[in-house]
Amino acid sequence: MSYLPKPKFRHPGLQKNKLGYTRRDYEGSVSTLCAGCGHDSISAAIIQACYELDLEPHRLAKLSGIGCSSKTPTYFLGQSHGFNSVHGRMPSVLTGANLANRDLIYLGVSGDGDSASIGLGQFAHAIRRGVDMLYVVENNGVYGLTKGQFSATADAGSKSKWGADNNDSPIDMVALALQLGATYVARSFSGDKQQLVPLIKGALGHRGAAFIDCISPCVAFNNHAGSTKSFDYVREHNEAVNALDYMPVRSEIKADYAEGALEQVTQHDGSVLNLYKLARDYDVHDRIAAMTYLQKKNAKGEIATGLLYVDSSPKDLHAHLQTVEGPLNLLGDADLIPGAAALEKFNAARR
Amino acid sequence: MPKPLERVNDFVVKFANVNGSGSASANTLFGKIILRMGIPATPRNIFPSNIQGLPTWYEVRISEAGWLGSRGGVDLMVPMNPQTWDQDMASVEPGGYVLYDSTKPLPPSKFRDDVTVLGVPLTEMCNAAYTDPRQRQLFKNVMYVGALAALLDMEVEVVEKLIAEQFWGKEKLIKPNIAAMHMGRDWALKNLPCPIGLRLKRVDKVGDRIMVEGNSAAALGAVYGGATVCAWYPITPSSSLAEAFTSHCKRFRVDQTSSKRKYAIVQAEDELASIGMVIGAGWNGARAFTSTSGPGISLMQEFIGLAYFAEIPAVIFDVQRGGPSTGMPTRTQQCDLLSAAYASHGDTKHVLLLPEDPKECFDFGAQAFDLADRLQTPIFVMLDLDIGMNERLCAPFKWDDARRMDRGKVMTAKDLDSGKPFGRYLDVDGDGIPYRTYPGTHPTRGAFFTRGTTKDQYARYTEEGPAYIENMTRLLRKFDTAKTLVPQPIRRDAAQPTRLGAIYYGSTSPAMDEALHRLAGEGVHLNTLRLRAFPFHQDVTAFCAAHDRVFVVEQNRDGQMRTLLMSECGIDPAKLAPVLHYDGTPITAKFIAETIAEKANVVPFRKAVS
Ligand SMILES: Cc1ncc(C[n+]2csc(CCOP(=O)(O)OP(=O)(O)O)c2C)c(N)n1
Ligand code: SF4
Ligand SMILES: [Mg+2]
Repeated sequence: MSYLPKPKFRHPGLQKNKLGYTRRDYEGSVSTLCAGCGHDSISAAIIQACYELDLEPHRLAKLSGIGCSSKTPTYFLGQSHGFNSVHGRMPSVLTGANLANRDLIYLGVSGDGDSASIGLGQFAHAIRRGVDMLYVVENNGVYGLTKGQFSATADAGSKSKWGADNNDSPIDMVALALQLGATYVARSFSGDKQQLVPLIKGALGHRGAAFIDCISPCVAFNNHAGSTKSFDYVREHNEAVNALDYMPVRSEIKADYAEGALEQVTQHDGSVLNLYKLARDYDVHDRIAAMTYLQKKNAKGEIATGLLYVDSSPKDLHAHLQTVEGPLNLLGDADLIPGAAALEKFNAARR
Repeated sequence: MPKPLERVNDFVVKFANVNGSGSASANTLFGKIILRMGIPATPRNIFPSNIQGLPTWYEVRISEAGWLGSRGGVDLMVPMNPQTWDQDMASVEPGGYVLYDSTKPLPPSKFRDDVTVLGVPLTEMCNAAYTDPRQRQLFKNVMYVGALAALLDMEVEVVEKLIAEQFWGKEKLIKPNIAAMHMGRDWALKNLPCPIGLRLKRVDKVGDRIMVEGNSAAALGAVYGGATVCAWYPITPSSSLAEAFTSHCKRFRVDQTSSKRKYAIVQAEDELASIGMVIGAGWNGARAFTSTSGPGISLMQEFIGLAYFAEIPAVIFDVQRGGPSTGMPTRTQQCDLLSAAYASHGDTKHVLLLPEDPKECFDFGAQAFDLADRLQTPIFVMLDLDIGMNERLCAPFKWDDARRMDRGKVMTAKDLDSGKPFGRYLDVDGDGIPYRTYPGTHPTRGAFFTRGTTKDQYARYTEEGPAYIENMTRLLRKFDTAKTLVPQPIRRDAAQPTRLGAIYYGSTSPAMDEALHRLAGEGVHLNTLRLRAFPFHQDVTAFCAAHDRVFVVEQNRDGQMRTLLMSECGIDPAKLAPVLHYDGTPITAKFIAETIAEKANVVPFRKAVS
């Protein structure tokens, strides 16, 4: 089979970033998801964020479980290594990958079935270990790929496409992430690219466990009246606590803001998160207050979005394990093999 | 009363203790003294699944002839656990001996008149000498070692030297322990007929061999194999492998200047996560392993299949034990062969390495990582409790400093820049093994998407039948390549020509050696083939073809190796006679010899060996 390179169509409007890449260089193959699926918007936001960050695509590894959402890594960052693993187990595969090479950026993509049902344990443990990653759950309240069964994030009282009621309590992934020690926690909506892109950028620059719960309606199975994960419902009930503007380096703020309305958070890599407060008394650094605030909103059927919590000096798994600075996968024989003399000593001690 | 046993350097001593009473170090000391006197000895721990207060046993087989397998039966019993007294008393061979704590008088019904009973008032002596309750307990253990030193005629200088070595670094403990030992020894010399009929005499039969546990050896193999990532979940009898890896790494893998670690060990939340982490790390170019036992292998099935199809290097140490969670977790068996060889769904087959002793645990432990990288697939190292958790005399470990890790077929940025074509699942060399790239290698070349079976040679998504078949037949080619890379079987021919053969593997080795010796003594000759790996080398089929009858000796109920021989080599089941031992205790020479003799119809033999 002869290999035909895809002709590069150069749209004059396609601007290059600092690396000389256009937005198109961050795309993957053509999506096979349903037209209008929320997941495709999240892929687009990931592409946009990486392009704007001038990220070298090959320095990012994308991993996923199984589901429509978990298929999406094929549809973005075609120059990145990807791993479509098994259902609910992406967190362990990502953890292992991260242990092998701490120098890459890890993007874990999952669904609500993948992470809140079969994979709840692995989700929880990856978060509590502080794996340096961005973990995105594309949350539609159903199992899209197996055709519309309720998932564990479906709200109690919400109705299936076929009119069945969900009576089980929902699992709130954001509440879990907060409780388990994630150091960057956000919630967003696939229909709000303005909000989502900077949240992804901030998370990719975060050197710890970053989690984004992104509500992402399933147009095939969960976009009807009676669903709490439909486009209409989420548009009506979502309320952002803040608006985020991501700056790769600290620079001067031009516009005037009312006293206390703007907060700047500097991350480890020097990037700055400019947070414009929409909920006046919301403190993005107070984990416990955040949990209370979110529960209150939740009880009223409202969906709080935005950057919900950030720790600007997080620690990650490698820090806990005290591993060497460089990637473990680059260590060679001289670093790793103690040699014959050491073995002779070992023998001598066992005679 | 039968004549008291009279044996030099050839008997079995068994200690019955209460778990958690601190007896382990005294018992280990006893075993070491024998070795230092140049006499081969094999200790075995027999312990139930609990931590404190329940019975444990420590059995030492002393054999100048060098038989390291379990013998069965006890010649000298040291029953330090009142709870198991009756059972322990009953286990002694007629003419045997019992050394016990005579502080509290016991009714005559508690004894047997066909054994020699030797009482030492251990508790009384300890209570007189020490006030602290913990000391009373611990020194009692050393004291019975002292009494044994007198009874068995041990070299007292050796005992003293070993006590000093045991407490090296804790100097304060050396003197009181030596004193306690002498207290026991002196009392015995004064009050008992020392030495008894069982005696130790210095010989030179240990050579340069070392004494080590298989789990520790395998973990050291992982260090020498270049493993940097270990993910595990605690389960007996495999936990001590991961723990040994931790301590070996602390010793060998901490950077001297920065104090940073050249390894990462994660205790995962379960076995699914352990193997997931290993696969993630292997995918990303680190050498990674997990250690587990049968229940863990069951949980890992889906992931093992993914690693097989996605062609990701992984090493799995399976320290086999009997049955599921509530089975016989602390008993030995070779019962995971089939579940490991064909682990997962879809058509899968895996490479198994079958070490016979700690030496091979070390060798195969290191080699497994080269094989995993070379073959880009999971490699199982099949230990069992008998070699994993017991110290065993074995050849010293060797390493060639010129040896380098074989990282297999990995394309570098330079390779990609030179224009070499890259297709993740392309069989460029005809050996079924494709090339891979590590993530992050090159800005524009060599990236690929990893998934299970829905892919073509360039790792592009496809559900087409021909692409699937192409991939599956290539995987079979790769499995054929594996046959040439794994450790080859070892054939040994009998002293006389024979049409009888025997196949065995793993921890059965020492019992088999002894059984063959006994059988030959009775005129039953067998050629043997010791399997060291799956898939089978062509010699295995040839060996079966060259014999009329082949005994397959293994430690499981269903003849799992026999099944593999039948299905993978197409050998006529009628030819393969199973010899199966599966009560949870290690297989014995007696069992093997008797079973083979019976099946081979050698009638007078049965009496002779019993
Ligand atoms: C072990 C296992 N069980 C079941 C399945 C079938 N399965 C595939 S995707 C899926 C649910 C996916 O739901 P979610 O993660 O919410 O993804 P979505 O399709 O909604 O994006 C299930 C149950 C599987 N692939 N593997
Ligand atoms: S089924 Fe639902 S989740 Fe899956 S692609 Fe279609 S819309 Fe998206
Ligand atoms: Mg879903």
